Amino acid sequence: MIRFTFKRLMLMVLMLLGLLAITFTISHIVPADPAALAAGPDANVEMIERYRVEYGLDRPLAEQFLVYLGKLLSGDWGKSIHTTRPVWDDLVTYFPNTVELVVFSIAIAVLFGIPLGIVAAVNQNRPIDHVIRVLTVTGVAMPMFWLGLMAQLFFALKLGWFPLGGRIEMMTDPPQAITHLLLVDALLNGHFGTFVDALHHMVLPAVALCFPALASIIRVNRAEMLETLKQDYIVNARAQGLSTFRIVAVYALRNAMLPTMAMIGLRFGWMLGGTVLIETVFDWPGIGLYAVQAAISSDFEPIMGATIVLGFFFMLTNLLIDMIYGTLDPRVREQV
Amino acid sequence: MTDQPLLSVRDFRLEFDTFDGVYRAIDGVNFDLIPGESLGIVGETGCGKSVTAKSILGLVPTPPARVVSGQILYNGEDLLTVGEERLRALRGVEIAMIFQDPMTYLNPVFTIGQQLVDVILAHQRWRPSEQRLNRAQARDHAIDMLSRVHLPNPERQLDAYPHQLSGGMRQRVLIAQALSGNPRLLIADEPTTALDVTIQAQILDLIAELMGEFDLSVILISHDLGVVASLCQRVVVMYAGQVVEDASVTRLFSEPGHPYTQGLLKAVPHPGRAASTLSGIPGTLPNLYDPPAGCRFQSRCAHAMPMCTTVPPLYAVADGQRVACHLHAPEASRAGVA
Amino acid sequence: MAELTKEAHELTVSLDWRERHVSTIRMLRLYARTFARNGSAMLGLGLVLLFLTTAAIGPYFVPFPDDATGSVHIERKLQPPDAVHWFGTDEVGNDVFTRVIVGARVTLQIACIITGVAMLIGIPLGMIAGYMGGWVQEVIMRITDVFLSVPGLMLAIAIVGALGPGIVNAMVALSLVWWPGYVRLVQAKTLSLKNEIYVDAARSMGAGSLRIVFVHLLPNCTSPIIVKASMDMGMAILGAASLGFLGLGAQPPFPEWGAMISVARTYLPDWWWYSFFPGTAIVITVLGFNLLGDGLRDILDPKHRE
Repeated sequence: MIRFTFKRLMLMVLMLLGLLAITFTISHIVPADPAALAAGPDANVEMIERYRVEYGLDRPLAEQFLVYLGKLLSGDWGKSIHTTRPVWDDLVTYFPNTVELVVFSIAIAVLFGIPLGIVAAVNQNRPIDHVIRVLTVTGVAMPMFWLGLMAQLFFALKLGWFPLGGRIEMMTDPPQAITHLLLVDALLNGHFGTFVDALHHMVLPAVALCFPALASIIRVNRAEMLETLKQDYIVNARAQGLSTFRIVAVYALRNAMLPTMAMIGLRFGWMLGGTVLIETVFDWPGIGLYAVQAAISSDFEPIMGATIVLGFFFMLTNLLIDMIYGTLDPRVREQV
Repeated sequence: MTDQPLLSVRDFRLEFDTFDGVYRAIDGVNFDLIPGESLGIVGETGCGKSVTAKSILGLVPTPPARVVSGQILYNGEDLLTVGEERLRALRGVEIAMIFQDPMTYLNPVFTIGQQLVDVILAHQRWRPSEQRLNRAQARDHAIDMLSRVHLPNPERQLDAYPHQLSGGMRQRVLIAQALSGNPRLLIADEPTTALDVTIQAQILDLIAELMGEFDLSVILISHDLGVVASLCQRVVVMYAGQVVEDASVTRLFSEPGHPYTQGLLKAVPHPGRAASTLSGIPGTLPNLYDPPAGCRFQSRCAHAMPMCTTVPPLYAVADGQRVACHLHAPEASRAGVA
Repeated sequence: MAELTKEAHELTVSLDWRERHVSTIRMLRLYARTFARNGSAMLGLGLVLLFLTTAAIGPYFVPFPDDATGSVHIERKLQPPDAVHWFGTDEVGNDVFTRVIVGARVTLQIACIITGVAMLIGIPLGMIAGYMGGWVQEVIMRITDVFLSVPGLMLAIAIVGALGPGIVNAMVALSLVWWPGYVRLVQAKTLSLKNEIYVDAARSMGAGSLRIVFVHLLPNCTSPIIVKASMDMGMAILGAASLGFLGLGAQPPFPEWGAMISVARTYLPDWWWYSFFPGTAIVITVLGFNLLGDGLRDILDPKHRE
């Protein structure tokens, strides 16, 4: 298991370098004139030239890439034009909000997706299975932003059950930042009212964000459960007198979980991408909204910062999923 | 026939509903098993022997399968009607089963120990409360069972995963698992087919040894007459979902009554007999979506006669041998056709 | 006489064609039957056909063709759905129905271009990686992995950020993040096919690499590619609409569904029809492609049959 972990970690470092190469390419090579882009839309020729020299854009690409890496490592992620703050500081402010949202959201997707997949599989071709299948098929086809809008329209505006958007009530004083995760900080500071309020704000965006992932987790888990329940070892388990519940919930589920885990990892990427939509719809002060606002005004460094952070976060979760995979399946552990 | 049969299959019929129509897998199967006896069921792939065996424990999924008629009496209790809950109480505790391919019948993601202990703990529910084993005792029992099937290093093997064991070792684990509830009847469905020849013999020896040790009755299902002959006292020959012959092993080998049995025997290679005398049976199994009227073997039978379009009953021949072939009909034998 | 032999020859040839392809024909019939029996697949096919028809001829039959590109009729702005304006009107009085119908064509173009470009990049790369093996494969696959390790929409936004917002740039960005999926698919398939006996046989008879790739490997990759392409049409539509919605793709008043919703959201909840109908159009279209893809997978890739 240690070798397995080490190997995965090394792979991740390589992937991270690849990711940085991509952001470097996009920021230094793709734009016709990166200096003009970096200098901002209102810059004149002299300013652009000054930028070109200041940013080393006149030097060879390999050197530029090394300089780029060095700057990132030293915490110099550039400056945002529209917030006028260093990108790193912005990311520290906004990223935790996104983490809270996606973690809550993927938790919903997994906690509901797996049981619903099992229920559908066990009741194959019965009405409940058909209902679940219709829901999942529509769920995957639903544009996340539109689902968010419709949820706002119905649950916030018509029924008034949930707030329209935002992270907490305008008038609330945020708790002292310890972890920067609002929910955790609220608890640590004993602000239970704030905690409940923050949670209340999170429900609609999290549900809208989780829907496509939920749908695909149900689909995969259902298909895998059906496949697993046909296996010989399930027949054997029945022949030995194990209860149906134990067979389904332990013997079959553990095997079906392997492909489901892979799907969860994949969909987590969708979800991270989806934050740009959901945060825009619900005015959620996260990294997605930050990136979109930057992209609209061609404010370059914040976009790259957000891309790196989201990509890194995605790699980290995939590493975690690989580890869980390794614990679940002894054969994978030994392959390395 | 003084003993009350332990298991009695009577007029058992089972069909599968498929897209292509109704598949008549089992059509009127009858046989008895006396306590302490070991019975072989022989036939080629698709003859319904495995389905019959799985039906005893209620392991054939319904749907698509559907029991049409018949009874499977275990100690007088009809297993086809007792329901899943009662069957569960019997599985592993009264009737146990081992299967063909030890590679696929163990769960790949749990250790041998987890799977053994789980089964042992599941059986405790049906025992009187003062005799129930706790987890630690179940583990000891698992180790004991592994050593009784002669698995080397039983304690260490508990932490092994199935893929780390050889096929023969896995079959031993499955046997240990099946016998851990101390059942009275063991159904072995092609237990050696997937194994190397040398391992086959070891496993058969093991089953023979355990029969005495656990006071077991055994139903051994195989397509291989040799395997059946080495372990069983009596043989039921099945063809296309029906029993065509039921006889003691010695009688079957010396005086096979049914043309199909005769064909099977000719197809068994024998040391000291030239390979040229080996012969297969021409033709293939009849289409069970639309089985022919009368004897199902007639299209492949060298002795086919007009009478074969009626269904032959099991004619009693001698020494408890019964044959479903009109060649053994009383008037036919008087006429000297046999 | 010569005429006769020629005729006879033609006759045998025409007979031969049916006879030679009798197994293919039977297989296609079986596919068609399996597909027709699958209710949701037929629904998917129906929705996709509806979408394609709308995209092809819809724009010629819309009630207010001028509204498609954004004219202004302040006097009839934000009217609820009625007999004249089936889906109501928007904030400058354009007929939403017209714009949704014209949007179908726009959407179809976008989806085809994104999926097409992704396939053009991904399939050859996957073939090369799988067939060549060695370091070539390593390099291609590691690059693919890196692209797959960044959430696609985020990467697309980054690229659009570099190129500037707009429908063309959005398509470029989405194509650039879409190809890695095809590389993985085709590489895995090529790798497993490469050592099949018939490929060995072809190689032993002196077939060149190109011939092996195009004659023996590519046709055997088509089924999974078709299935993926069908699914991807739906996903590409979602992606393009998402960028449109964020204001990074098509710019209003261009009749693209996502861009329409982007404007329409500010008119919620009172003028709900403005965002409701374009959204529904997206759901139905994507649903159609997904169901069709599912159905195709069921017949073309029996291993995944449930």
